[in-house]
Amino acid sequence: MAIKVHGNWFAIAPMRVFSCLNEKGLDYEFVPLDLRAESRAITRYIAQAYSDKGTPLISKDPKEMAFVFVWMEVETQRYDPPASKLTWELGIKSILGRSTDDAVVEEQEPELAKVLDVYEVRLAQSKYLGGDSISLADLHHLPTLCYLMGSRVKTVFNSRPHVSAWCAYILARPAFKKVVAMRNNQ
Amino acid sequence: MAAPAPVKVYGPPLSTAVARVLATLLEKNVQFQLLPVNMAKGEHKKPEYLKIQPFGQVPAFEDESINLFESRAISKYVCDKYANQGNKGLFGTNPLEKASIDQWLEAEGQNFNPPSSVLVFQLAFAPRMKIKQDENMIKLNEAKLAKVLDVYERRLGESRYLAGDEFTLADLSHLPNSQYLVNGTNVAELFTSRKNVERWWDEISSRESWKEVVEMQRSPSPRNA
Repeated sequence: MAIKVHGNWFAIAPMRVFSCLNEKGLDYEFVPLDLRAESRAITRYIAQAYSDKGTPLISKDPKEMAFVFVWMEVETQRYDPPASKLTWELGIKSILGRSTDDAVVEEQEPELAKVLDVYEVRLAQSKYLGGDSISLADLHHLPTLCYLMGSRVKTVFNSRPHVSAWCAYILARPAFKKVVAMRNNQ
Repeated sequence: MAAPAPVKVYGPPLSTAVARVLATLLEKNVQFQLLPVNMAKGEHKKPEYLKIQPFGQVPAFEDESINLFESRAISKYVCDKYANQGNKGLFGTNPLEKASIDQWLEAEGQNFNPPSSVLVFQLAFAPRMKIKQDENMIKLNEAKLAKVLDVYERRLGESRYLAGDEFTLADLSHLPNSQYLVNGTNVAELFTSRKNVERWWDEISSRESWKEVVEMQRSPSPRNA
């Protein structure tokens, strides 16, 4: 059964889907397009439908999965608003040859910091956000994280020791490195 | 004497996020205790509360000593843990059903919720709290919500509910914000002027579980299920 991913190389959403497919060791074909579909629903489907292939990204135990659900929501509702605005200003705009709006950065950086204070407490209790194993809750952060760690706001992450360690673990995953290499080769 | 229900929900039923969790628990026939949080006195920002909800918001939730937050996550957990009781198809019974429900849950969380929650605040809460309404914010978010409801109108012409032909968590997640907007604000018209959206709203809001949540929102003191 052929898996095809439609999307735009630099967009955050397809990167999320690729990292999940790579973790599962699944073959797929990339079809360049504007991705409108909801990438987080797609990754959850892949994680469930291929639950016995590659890296487990969800849990069948409701108590364990509960924490994965919580931190997936936190990523969507709390982390993503400032992170995606900062990624746009500091990451994507420069690729497109447009200048950064410093006012937006000044406004969003403290918002991101507040969220990461909560992450710092959580990551002192467990290695990953959903518990002691990696899950979708962690992977969903990768696309924006990858841009932000190459920008001036990396200090917001690096100044929090547990957050900093967690960033290092997840950015180093071979499945994600492959995604970055694919993007860089376009 | 019966032991108190292990499931605890903290927060006022008037909160849209609390209402979302209550609706799910009622659909799944899960017994629960509803515990008040005195937000007027800043209880939600105190250290004891922050231990169970680190962002200082409602709801907080506890089941058999695990503490959860984020209403959509809590609802999914309830559906998983209590899969064999109440409405069994609420969160789907196979990966494809779950994916379709997830997709519309994402649409609710990321497309419907932002403009509708601004409008709920501006039109339903701000007047009660004697806060001046922001006309520009209202206009802007009305226009955004209209575009979202255009997508829903098309979708609901293809299927009875958002994720398919059965009521699911995806529909339920829209109930709290829509309840405020359709009852007593002039943006009700955004829903009632769209034939399929109106049909869908009438069906989902007449569910017994939702009527019970609305009753809880109207009664002044917290009740235990």
